[in-house]
Amino acid sequence: MKTQNKTIEEFTSQEYQYGFVTDIEQDTIPPGLDENVIRFISHKKNEPEWLLNWRLKAFKHWQRMDEPKWAKVDYPKIDYQSISYYSAPKDKSDGPKSLDEVDPELIDTYNKLGIPLEEQKMLSGVAVDAVFDSVSIATTFKKDLEKAGVIFCSFSEAVQDHPALVKKYLGSVVPYTDNYFAALNSAVFSDGSFVYIPKGVRCPMELSTYFRINAMNTGQFERTLIIADDQSHVSYLEGCTAPMRDENQLHAAVVELIANKDAEIKYSTVQNWYPGDPKTGKGGIYNFVTKRGICSGSNSKISWTQVETGSAVTWKYPSCILKGDNSIGEFYSVAVANNFQQADTGTKMIHIGKNTNSTIISKGISAGKGQNTYRGEVKVMKNADKARNYSQCDSILIGSECGAHTFPYIDVRNSSAQMEHEASTSNIGEDQLFYCNQRGISIENAVSLIVNGFCKEVFRELPMEFAVEAQKLMEVSLEGSVG
Amino acid sequence: MLEIKNLKVRIQGKEILKGVNLNVNNGEIHAIMGRNGSGKSTLANVIAGRDSYEVIGGDILYNNKSIIEDTPENRALEGIFMSFQYPVIIPGVNNTYFLKAALNAKRKHQGKDELDAVEFLDLIRKNLQIVGMEEKYLHRGVNDGFSGGEKKRNEILQMITLEPNLAILDETDSGLDIDALKIVAEGVNKYRRDDRAIVIITHYQRILRYLEANHVHVLIDGKIAKSGGEELAEALEEKGYGWLDS
Repeated sequence: MKTQNKTIEEFTSQEYQYGFVTDIEQDTIPPGLDENVIRFISHKKNEPEWLLNWRLKAFKHWQRMDEPKWAKVDYPKIDYQSISYYSAPKDKSDGPKSLDEVDPELIDTYNKLGIPLEEQKMLSGVAVDAVFDSVSIATTFKKDLEKAGVIFCSFSEAVQDHPALVKKYLGSVVPYTDNYFAALNSAVFSDGSFVYIPKGVRCPMELSTYFRINAMNTGQFERTLIIADDQSHVSYLEGCTAPMRDENQLHAAVVELIANKDAEIKYSTVQNWYPGDPKTGKGGIYNFVTKRGICSGSNSKISWTQVETGSAVTWKYPSCILKGDNSIGEFYSVAVANNFQQADTGTKMIHIGKNTNSTIISKGISAGKGQNTYRGEVKVMKNADKARNYSQCDSILIGSECGAHTFPYIDVRNSSAQMEHEASTSNIGEDQLFYCNQRGISIENAVSLIVNGFCKEVFRELPMEFAVEAQKLMEVSLEGSVG
Repeated sequence: MLEIKNLKVRIQGKEILKGVNLNVNNGEIHAIMGRNGSGKSTLANVIAGRDSYEVIGGDILYNNKSIIEDTPENRALEGIFMSFQYPVIIPGVNNTYFLKAALNAKRKHQGKDELDAVEFLDLIRKNLQIVGMEEKYLHRGVNDGFSGGEKKRNEILQMITLEPNLAILDETDSGLDIDALKIVAEGVNKYRRDDRAIVIITHYQRILRYLEANHVHVLIDGKIAKSGGEELAEALEEKGYGWLDS
């Protein structure tokens, strides 16, 4: 422990002497996790005492927990001591005020990923809070949002500028005791996004964050908190892509959504982390994410839409707690497992309030040796009179070596509840492909046509520019899966 | 246009076509008749390039070039169309979208501009009338929830939209009532042109009442046993296939 501590000290003092000889200077602590690392992170971020204590409590809890084993995924044991828990672009204190001040190499990286900030600013009207490794480096459209009273900033900034809101809501939907990865995240989270929409405000634009992993051996522990106050409305887009990498990387994010009375939150994700080497499965991202929203007020609504095409292993269940009467929860999902990918994803809908309504549309696509699992729970509590749920879980198989699995759990404690569940499994058949080919449509286009037709119900829930991106991603992800 | 030379085809190890010869010229309609299992559908599928059929001898020339090694989509783009005996259902893929993708793939291949949504809709509305289909069929999944007759009409709709040079109609007339048969035949007649050819594969002589076939061939046990004019079809209707067995 002492050695570890010393290393950190050496490391931090070193920074001033030499900096680092990577293309973009980073300030990274050596691998390993103990209380000192957590104190280091908290100190680095100039956090208040209560937050440090919260992190430490989470860490203590995490140490007593075991990694979950119930998911239908298989991966080598993670050595949590081999992960570095902090990495940030240098000179954060006098960070860039505008895009011009951002390291051109960084801008170049974003461009390669197809995220031209300048163009996006002009063309799409999307405010982009870009996360490079762990710290936000560029935020656009801040002024327009400020005018509307919307707070959209990095999590670290929110801790400094809006501590009361953070303190009130952090961990209120996903407590640090919730699960292994949420506890880990709570202890070591680096940064993320914070959104607050005041009463009666309709957020004037779609909010978007792009995540990206850059540094070797650096786990990403994002923390996102979105609060929609009474009668407000917000649509939040999240997309990520990661570069080629040879070692598995852990990504354990936590997202918490709070929708007050009559408020609506729409959260869309297009996830394209590196899935691993297509021939061996080596090197992909582990995406172990806890996403949960609470419809705390009556007539509120939370809608999750996800398109999961990347990652070697996905473990993710965006859920809704329907506490307010007449509140609505929705989950629309497309998950792809190609080559050696494994996806275990689904949702939980917890009906607490009266007349609560939930919809689950899950589309699983398996190809190559991919294993795709839908796991969902619909729970209707004793007082949730006239709760309704509609679930539809469809799977499509491409080839004969992949698998599709469905585990729907239903727990109803109120006899007035109405539950509907539909499920289907189909193949992309040789006859369908031949039919398309005979009409002049190539194999690749035929697969894309069929898969996009299959995913249509989910894609149409996505904001326009994301829908297009999602279709492209689908084509790339399934490239070469047939023929 | 189409020249089939001593074509031998195997499927799952079993020889189905045992040396078929056939010449189809521009402007002609050929009818290929025969009992179940005589190899009629195999012939259609092999011309279209389905890869579960193994060509073990002979050749297929289309516009004087061998197409044996060509992919199915390339044959289609070059103008070969097959109306399926059992049109395939593709749920979730909008019928209009499918047709548009097919037509634009072909236009692209020909170096033409793709049709935009408005131009395409104009064309498709005109063609819908020819085959007597309502517009609602455009918005369904490809052949999804279509009756047998609707599926066959949809095939003809695709044919007249894609304007192939060679159309192979694999039992397009089976399962149609007399009204639907007339409509299908009318669609085929409208498609007919001096620079196009049609091969009709059928069990029955009745569709030939509405289409004037120049040539009628009888396929028996993987070989063309007899060729003739329309009178051959009439003779078959009257006497069956028995008199041709030797």
